[in-house]
Amino acid sequence: MSEITLSAAPPRPSITDNLKFYGLWIAATLVLAVLPKIFFSGTSLSTFSLIGISIIFSLSYNILLGQTGMLSFGHAVYYGLGGFLAIHAINIIGFHKWPVPLPLIPLIGGVAGLVFAMLLGWVSTKRSGTAFAMISLGVAELVASSALILRTFFGGEAGVSANRTKLLRLFGLSFGPQLQIYYLIAAWTLICMIAMYALTRTPLGRMCNAVRDNPERVQFVGYDPHIIRYMAFCFAGFFAGIAGALSAINFEIANSAYLGAVQSGTVLFATYIGGIGFFIGPVVGAIFVTLLSLGLSDLTTVWQLYFGLFFIAVIAFAPGGITGLFMMHRPLIRTGQLGRVLPSYLIALVPTLAMIIGLMLAIETTVHYTVNPDEDPHIKPFGIPFDAASPVTWILSAVLVIGGFLIARRTWTRVGQAWDEASNASREKALAA
Amino acid sequence: MLELIVISTLNGVLFGMLLFLMASGLTVIFSMLGVLNFAHTSFYMLGAFFGFQISRWFGFWPALFIAPVLAGLIGAAVERYGLRHVHKNGHVAELLFTFGLAFAIEEIVQIIWGKSPVDFRVPPSLDFPAFTIFSTNYPAYKMFMLLVSIGIFVVLLITLKRTRIGMIVQAALSHPHMVGHLGHNVGHIFMMVFGVGTALAAVAGVIAGPALVTQSNMAGLLGPILFVVVVVGGLGSLPGAFIASLLIGLLQTFAVSMNGSLAGMFGPLSPDYASTWLSDIWNVTVAQIAPILPYMLLVLILAFRPMGLLGTRES
Repeated sequence: MSEITLSAAPPRPSITDNLKFYGLWIAATLVLAVLPKIFFSGTSLSTFSLIGISIIFSLSYNILLGQTGMLSFGHAVYYGLGGFLAIHAINIIGFHKWPVPLPLIPLIGGVAGLVFAMLLGWVSTKRSGTAFAMISLGVAELVASSALILRTFFGGEAGVSANRTKLLRLFGLSFGPQLQIYYLIAAWTLICMIAMYALTRTPLGRMCNAVRDNPERVQFVGYDPHIIRYMAFCFAGFFAGIAGALSAINFEIANSAYLGAVQSGTVLFATYIGGIGFFIGPVVGAIFVTLLSLGLSDLTTVWQLYFGLFFIAVIAFAPGGITGLFMMHRPLIRTGQLGRVLPSYLIALVPTLAMIIGLMLAIETTVHYTVNPDEDPHIKPFGIPFDAASPVTWILSAVLVIGGFLIARRTWTRVGQAWDEASNASREKALAA
Repeated sequence: MLELIVISTLNGVLFGMLLFLMASGLTVIFSMLGVLNFAHTSFYMLGAFFGFQISRWFGFWPALFIAPVLAGLIGAAVERYGLRHVHKNGHVAELLFTFGLAFAIEEIVQIIWGKSPVDFRVPPSLDFPAFTIFSTNYPAYKMFMLLVSIGIFVVLLITLKRTRIGMIVQAALSHPHMVGHLGHNVGHIFMMVFGVGTALAAVAGVIAGPALVTQSNMAGLLGPILFVVVVVGGLGSLPGAFIASLLIGLLQTFAVSMNGSLAGMFGPLSPDYASTWLSDIWNVTVAQIAPILPYMLLVLILAFRPMGLLGTRES
């Protein structure tokens, strides 16, 4: 009996592992602290703030999708309700002059998210899989439509606004300037990241993974999958509420768009594109998607279409997301086999890029003809000027798409072969070692 | 009062049958492929827009046939070249694929036809009142919609229950491997079912387009209600989807025509409520909460009968 317990217990982490682990968090803290010193413009500060909020929100979403295997189409409900409660809290606290400083307001949002997740989650988590996804969508629609009916609380289409500087000041911080808000969001981001990472290491976090992988077996062990899904749902709601409250503080307003389908869709996109298989995935996704949506919207009018197509491409070709793609190569790097696949990547990249450029050319030309047909055909999407009216552009785009597709298909078969060879070689090396 | 009941029943059955045109395809696709097609209402929207464009070029009647065929071909291509490829990545990836597809289709429709509603009119040959009851003219086009959807319903029922193809489809629902062993091309059946299902949604789009608003957000508006229908009816159950479609169609139509509120009913008893924070709930009319009634029904059904009205499967 003692042997079994011994072999079942995980080995204690070595000192170097410990150092690596804590070093990572200390490095993250330092980066967050130093960032505004390097990029100090107002735009970059507000971008960082948005990214921080998005990181918390995406990580909270991954408690559902990545850890527990629940695909939710309505996670923004808890984000939005957290935001609304935070705004009302700021107004009430400011009005009564209660001694509550602004940095504690996100906690109120978190508790609001938790309470509503506890209320709505019991029914939602009764079922898993596709039914859960549909139920989350229905509940989200219910809350979003109710928000437009209950105008006193949700403020109708205009929303509810507040003044964040009217609260009790700690150490003379007014939280008026964006820099102070950045540090507030950065601190909460760090706290939430650590808390959510810790959650994955608890027995509950492990049982969540078990429910995701094999709910029937979980029942044999003596747990109720419904209860575990419910608890994961509550935690996700709590952290989503914190993110919503931070967003409300950042903009000093909460409106019904906070709870809407677009917000729910965006967090799903960010989490999945980043990669749901790893803890760091949603962080990468949040950074990537926030930068992408801010950057692309300046470059082209139809950025949402590119965004959607990119999402479809990730699902079809890289189901592990960006992080999954990188992590796939870890065993190859460890055994030094990466050199075998890199050349085939470079070869495959050329026709693939050609195809993508051809596709973009076609899209932009179509957009010119359908959206603004009366304007000058010399359009400049992505800062590259070309003539949308000339047949040369059309032919070029057709050649690029068709030719690129035909060649790319061949080169990607080559990549597959090179990948198989490299991973076989790396497996042999690992076995020999 | 009687007038209201008769007209609302007609409209409710009509809306319910339209819902069922879509829900039937969605349910069969779900039972067979195991994936709930999030983009199903996008094909309904494509049907409406194709119908609008084709009826401009060739007239309404050709559009009624060409638009669904086109949308069905696109649907079949989506199954063959998209979903089948994603299948190996699991159900979540499949569902997300259709989600991304719905997003992309909405963007493409916006690029081609713009964000504002297009001018899709009832064809002149059907633009007259069919009959008059209680001084209300009931348009012939609505009767036409009702007849088309009931006609398709009957054809679908006979095909599924009485023909050889219907037998194979039913068998492939529960035992796809066995059907494959018997020498049928299961992949081909899947593609056909997906094509026919999306074509049915497109038929609903073409006939609903002139009566409702043809706009790029029509898929997003109807999508959640459609999913409520299939969940309330029980995922994978065709009779359940039929009952739920009619139930939700009638529920919404009746609610829209009612004007009562709590204040109207109990107002004289306690007039103070109108001035408190409860005033929103106190004063809201039944017509105003009509859009959220399906979702309330969903929550109620889930609380008391989690597998849906006629569902048998737990997950």
